[in-house]
Amino acid sequence: MTGGDPGQVFREEAAELLADLESALLRLEQNPTDREPLDTAFRALHTIKGSGSMFGFEAAASFTHHLESAFDRMRKGELAATTAMIGIALAAKDHIRILIEDPASADPAVVDGILARLADLSGSAAMSAPLGRERDDEESRASWRVRFRLAPDALERGTNPLLLLDELRGLGEAKIVALTDDVPPLEALEPTSCHIGWELILTTTHPRSTIEDVFIFVIDETELTIEPMSAMPEPGAEQEPVPMPVTAMVAGPVPSKEPAPSKADGAAEKGRAQPAANSIRVPAERLDDLMDQVGELVIAHARLKQLISDSVDLQIKSVTEEIERLSNGLRDITMGIRMVPVESLFGRFRRLVRDLSQELGKDVALTMSGEETELDKTMIERLNDPLVHIIRNSLDHGLEPAAERVAAGKAPQGRIHLSARHAGTRVLMTIRDDGRGLDRDRIRAKAEEQELIPPGAKLSDAELFQLIFHPGFSTARTLTSVSGRGIGMDVVKRTIDGLRGTIEVSSLPGGGTEITLGLPLTLAIIDGLLVRVGQGRYVIPLFAVEECVELPADVERRHANRNFLNIRGALVPFLRLRDSFAVRHPPDPYQKIVIISSGDKRVGLVVDQVLGDHQTVIKSMSKLHAGVANFSGATILGDGSVALILDIAQIVAAGQTQELRREAC
Amino acid sequence: MAVTGTETFEALTLGLGGEIFAIDANSVHEILDIVPQTEVPGAPPLVGHLINVRGKVVPLADLRIRFGMERTPPTIDTRIVVVEILLDDEPTVVGLLADKVHEVTGIAGASIEDTPDIGMRWNPDLIKGIGKRGDDFIVIPDIVRIFTTH
Repeated sequence: MTGGDPGQVFREEAAELLADLESALLRLEQNPTDREPLDTAFRALHTIKGSGSMFGFEAAASFTHHLESAFDRMRKGELAATTAMIGIALAAKDHIRILIEDPASADPAVVDGILARLADLSGSAAMSAPLGRERDDEESRASWRVRFRLAPDALERGTNPLLLLDELRGLGEAKIVALTDDVPPLEALEPTSCHIGWELILTTTHPRSTIEDVFIFVIDETELTIEPMSAMPEPGAEQEPVPMPVTAMVAGPVPSKEPAPSKADGAAEKGRAQPAANSIRVPAERLDDLMDQVGELVIAHARLKQLISDSVDLQIKSVTEEIERLSNGLRDITMGIRMVPVESLFGRFRRLVRDLSQELGKDVALTMSGEETELDKTMIERLNDPLVHIIRNSLDHGLEPAAERVAAGKAPQGRIHLSARHAGTRVLMTIRDDGRGLDRDRIRAKAEEQELIPPGAKLSDAELFQLIFHPGFSTARTLTSVSGRGIGMDVVKRTIDGLRGTIEVSSLPGGGTEITLGLPLTLAIIDGLLVRVGQGRYVIPLFAVEECVELPADVERRHANRNFLNIRGALVPFLRLRDSFAVRHPPDPYQKIVIISSGDKRVGLVVDQVLGDHQTVIKSMSKLHAGVANFSGATILGDGSVALILDIAQIVAAGQTQELRREAC
Repeated sequence: MAVTGTETFEALTLGLGGEIFAIDANSVHEILDIVPQTEVPGAPPLVGHLINVRGKVVPLADLRIRFGMERTPPTIDTRIVVVEILLDDEPTVVGLLADKVHEVTGIAGASIEDTPDIGMRWNPDLIKGIGKRGDDFIVIPDIVRIFTTH
């Protein structure tokens, strides 16, 4: 949290709180009696309201207030967390987001509608009970001596001490004295720093935690002491009416003060504040810059290592090894910083599934596992759209209506399961439904109709299913608002390819479909196998490499049209990269074959030499090379020269075309 | 790039296939000696190679190809001029191969003439104008067009 627009800080914080709120609401809907999501939702609303009004988002704060009141009553058991209630809360949550992000576009009619529905559900009689007052009577008035001194740079950070004082004054009767003992002489005075502290004698009915809550956003930088004074109710000291921007939408008077959090709640707030104090918010671009720099360091180190490889100077060698250890550590930490649990991605789909299943009239349960699996943040962002497409397809085409499910002997409720897990240096993300499965005959008919495959071609299931990723390919008979426009799956394929990922589809007729995405942990650095073809050096992503073998002499001599290799009984097509890359340099006497795989397809790549593994910092290629096939990027080698990274998906596809040609013969 | 008009235009002049070319000096990042080049199989010949410029992978363009000039092997004078151009509103860094780099000089806008339709060996679309400096003619190429048209 450094400088900048405090409003922006609030917007970022609110976005996270709203996400927490949504996931809490959805959990609450599943489990209406569960206390935890209810408390989470209430806390999120409370914080949005509090900091919203602090940062000048009055409309959002006052609107949130109504929702908060309703949730407070749910916590007290006066209201039930019904589906209707959750529905309103979700709509209200969406509207709060609009009010915060783009208040100008907010439609006042929406506010009225939501508040009217809220009031209907709450029942106006119960709503009018002055909740705050009841509590006032329970707790005796107490006086507190509150001393606080803000950090010197508090004003630059956008903290307004006047707002804090106003808020304290709102809690009860306050006598405020400014502490000016730290104000330096004029010549040393820094006009932008805050030199003044304050001491208050505050007489209030609120507990200590409420006073602490006033400082919740500045607590880390503030010297704060709150000491109880002997209770001394002053005669004539009446509670001031609290100014509160309340629109009279809800029937009955709104409690004049936000309900004081209970003791347990206060403790929870503190418990939450602790980890927050140890984390900071950093713009993603800075992490990108850091990653770039670390990439440069890795390359520079590789150069250094190469330069001293012939040296006999042991001291230089040991320093180089030291630098290697440090730069590897730095690389791992930097990549670690960018890692985010996939929970943040999966969480979004609860809402999607809820809304879609209502729209389509299907009862669908979404389950998840492995949400704690971590992935690069950029990757998480880029995965959102493809996963939305896949889940929509599952809901719309995959899962049958309840009647059809029962007829097929399945439970009426459809299931979609999202899971993530590590597999080596990759993360596997699976989207599984228990719907009707992919219709092989229809895919085949459609593919033949679009001349994607020759009629009667022999295709494995996996090959057949890959056809659904072809642009314009949709077997949906009718268009719905959800899917069936033939766009989507090819976008999924392209995005995943762009992330250097793989897609595998498996499906059982009547048993459902499972789509598995294999993804690298990061977009920035991969392990690669460095090979030489002619004089050029190329990097093959190591995850795709299955094995390296020598090109048998008899295969070598055969005609170029029969490029197949027998690998333990399986026929594997191979490509001579020197032909693909038009290399004029004469081939080495003993050619090697690197077997790579994508999905369940394998292709051999004939190279002149396998040079070894290489930590590859991926550099994208400029627009001028956008049309170049076979390469997904470039990298810089230890000697400072550039090497190209092979695009596995494209090369495997090229190898497969060759196989299809052979089958057609 | 103010090519026409009365303002003087700051240009880097370089030799290319026996002609003198002028490019906007403000777009030039740096001038490098020849560095190892990596061939990109399947790329258009104009940008058939990549080079490493301070840790960035940058395409290396040989403008002689677009002007139908003979591709002579590099000499001791050969340099790489690293420029930044806007391609589809995206700043793109490109290395330009030059037989020789002369100087940064002001070319008076008034001395720049439109490309004559006849009497030219090259596609007039690729040239913004012809400037004069003393008795020499200086060709002002349209770098963006050179990369965006084929």
